[in-house]
Amino acid sequence: MIEAVGLTKRYGAKTAVHNLSFQVRPGAVTGFLGPNGSGKSTTMRMILGLDMPTSGHVTIGGHPFRNLPNAPRQVGALLDAKAVHGGRSARLHLLSLAQLAGIPARRVDEVLGVVGLQDVAKRRSKGFSLGMGQRLGIAAALLGDPQVLLFDEPVNGLDPEGILWVRNLMKQLAAEGRTVFVSSHLMSEMALTADHLIVIGRGQLLADMSVQDFISTNSADFARVRTPDTAPEGREKLTAALVEAGGQVLAEPDGALRVTGVPLPRISDLAHDADVRLWELSPHQASLEEAYMRMTQGAVDYRSTVDQRAGLQPADPYGYGPGAPAPQGWAPPAGNPYPALAGERPNPYAQPMPPQAVPQAAPGYPSAPASQGMPPAPAVPPVAPAPPSTPPPGAAPAGPADLTKRDSEDAR
Amino acid sequence: MTAPQPPQQPAYAQAPQPGQPGTPPQQWTGAAAPFVYVSPIPVRRANLADALKSEWTKIRSVRSTLWTLGVTIVLILGIGLLAAGVVSSAENDLGAESSPLTLGFFGVLLSIICVITLGVLTISSEFGTGLIRTTLTACPDRARVLTAKVVVFFLLSFVITLISTTLVAMSDSALLADRWSGEITGAEYFKATVGVSLFVAFLGLIALAVGALLRHSAGAITTMLGVVLLPLVAAMFMFTDSLEGVRKALFEYSVPNLLATFYETGATQASSGPTGWEPLWIVVAAAGVTLGGAYASLLNRDA
Repeated sequence: MIEAVGLTKRYGAKTAVHNLSFQVRPGAVTGFLGPNGSGKSTTMRMILGLDMPTSGHVTIGGHPFRNLPNAPRQVGALLDAKAVHGGRSARLHLLSLAQLAGIPARRVDEVLGVVGLQDVAKRRSKGFSLGMGQRLGIAAALLGDPQVLLFDEPVNGLDPEGILWVRNLMKQLAAEGRTVFVSSHLMSEMALTADHLIVIGRGQLLADMSVQDFISTNSADFARVRTPDTAPEGREKLTAALVEAGGQVLAEPDGALRVTGVPLPRISDLAHDADVRLWELSPHQASLEEAYMRMTQGAVDYRSTVDQRAGLQPADPYGYGPGAPAPQGWAPPAGNPYPALAGERPNPYAQPMPPQAVPQAAPGYPSAPASQGMPPAPAVPPVAPAPPSTPPPGAAPAGPADLTKRDSEDAR
Repeated sequence: MTAPQPPQQPAYAQAPQPGQPGTPPQQWTGAAAPFVYVSPIPVRRANLADALKSEWTKIRSVRSTLWTLGVTIVLILGIGLLAAGVVSSAENDLGAESSPLTLGFFGVLLSIICVITLGVLTISSEFGTGLIRTTLTACPDRARVLTAKVVVFFLLSFVITLISTTLVAMSDSALLADRWSGEITGAEYFKATVGVSLFVAFLGLIALAVGALLRHSAGAITTMLGVVLLPLVAAMFMFTDSLEGVRKALFEYSVPNLLATFYETGATQASSGPTGWEPLWIVVAAAGVTLGGAYASLLNRDA
C-alpha cells in the first residue's frame, strides 16, 4: 500500500509535482500514466525517499520509505535500466545489492533465473542491450522478494516476448497480493496489464480510477450509421428520428452518421420505424489510448508541430490537413493473421480507429468484425455525449498499430 | 473496487450475455485482495557489516580499482627502486643527512594521483550512472552507505600503500646499505611506511568526500589535483617580497611538502612549517571536515 498525500515537488521555479494525493493498493497492478515530463519519475523517486517532497508526504505501509524497518525486503524498484555500473558483471551487481540488503547470496542466482539472464550473469553489463538492462533492473527489484514493487517504464526496449513476460510477471506479482505500481506510456500495455490507473499531467492528478471507468469516462463512444447513398432523404429522416429520440448526430465527411446517446438496438429500431435501410451500423469505442489522449491533451509539455514542407506540397483537394494519417498498412478484418479464437478477448487495438483509420468502409460493411468476440456488455447507458472532437491527427491511429500482432497473439 | 473486467467495454446497452466466451481467463481480484504477500525468505535486518561486504564486492568488481591500485603499486615500487638503482651506480655516496628511505618519496608523490582517482570514483561513479538510487533503495540509511564506502576505501588504499612503501623501504635500505653511513631508526621506518600510507589514505578520503559533494568524476578529480598541485605552483610564482609570508605558507603546507616531511630526517627539517607527525594531523582534520560535508550533503540532498 502506497499512500501519497498532498505530494508537491518544486525545482526552483518549476513545479514538477503539485499536490498529488493517491493510494496504490495491494493485489492489483496500478498503472501510472502521464505524458513525458509530467512528474511520473519524480513521484516514484519521492515514494522511494530519494527526493524529498517540497511539501506533503508519501508512505509505504504507513511508514516513509526511509523509516521502513526493512526497506529492501518490503519495497523493490526499477527506476532506470541504465542505472548500473557498466564495468560490473550482472551477477556482482546483484550480489552487492543483496549483500547491502542482507539478502542471502543464493537469491541472486534465483532472480537471475527469473529474468532469464543466467547465461550472461558473468558478463559486464556495459555490453547489455536495453532489454537486458531492463531485465537486470527487474531482477534487482525482485531481489528482496518485496511486498511493494515499483517499475518505471519496465518494458522500454524489450522485445515482444519480453513485453509479454513482463506483463504476466506484473499480473502474477499482483495476484500474489503485492502492490505493483507501474509507470508506462504504452497505452496498449496498460490496457492489458493494469487494473487501476493513476493519470497525471503537468504534475497534477488527472484521474484515479479503474481502467474501464477511465475509458468510459474519457472516451467518446459512438455508433457509425450509414444509410444508402442512393437515398439521401433516408438520411435526413433517420437523423430527425434519432435527434427526436435524444441522440446527437454528426455527419461525417464520407456521408456516414456519427451517433451518440442512443444505444445500438434502438438505432436499428428507429431506422426500421422510419423505414430507412441501413448499410452500416457499427459500434465504435475508444481505446485506452484515445481516452488517454483526450484526457491529457491539455497537459502535454512537449508537442510536435506539423512538418509543413511549405511550398513543396500541392493543395489537398480533400481538405485534410497535412497531418491526416496515411492509411494503415494493416487491414483489420480481411487479412488478419491472428484471427480471434473462441474465448479470446478481442484486441482493442485491432479494431478500426475512429474515424480516419477506418479504411474506406465499403457499403454493406458489416459490424461483425468489430464486435466479434466482444466482452459481455453490461447494461450501461451510453456515456454522456462527449463533444465530437477528433483525436489528434495521426496520433491515435498510428501508435498502437505496430503493436497489433503482439497484442492479439497473447490475448488468449 | 469492482471485479476486473476486460479493459474494453462497449458503451452500448445490449442484453448481458452470461458465460460469454470473451471473458478473459485471467481474473485478478482487485484491491479487495484479503491477503498481503509475505516473502518466504527469512527477513534479517541489514547492518553496517552487510554494507561493508557490499562495498567490498563493488570495489573489487570494477576495473578502475585494479588499474588505479595496480598503477599505485607500480609507481611506488618502480620509481623507488629506480631511484635506489641510480644512487647505487652513482659515484658519490648518499650524504649523511638523507637516508635511503627518502628515495621512496617520488613514487608515493605520483601514486597520490591514482589514490585520489580511486577515491573519487568510489562514490562519483554511482552518481554518474544513477546506481546511487538503486543503492539507496536497497539501503535507505545513507550514512551507512557512505560509512561503508569510507571504511572499505580507506582500508584498501592504506593496505596497498603500506605494502608498497614497506617493500620499497626495505629493498632501498638493503640496496644502499654499503653506500650510506647513517643508521635508520625504527621511528623513521615507521614514519616512512605507516605514516606515509596513512597520509595517502586520508588524502584519498578527502577525494572521496569531494566526489560525494560534487557528484561528478571529472570535476572532483580535477578539483583534487588542483588542491594537491596548485599551492606549490602558485608559490613558485610569488616573487614579490610582500607576498613572502603567503609564499612560504603555500609551500610549506602544500601536499607534496607535507608528504616530504615524513621522509625527512631531523637534520634537513625546515625551521618552520609542519614537522614530525603534524602533516598527518593536518590531513586528518581536512578529511574530517570534507567528510562531514559529504555526510551532510548525502543526507540532505536529493539523490
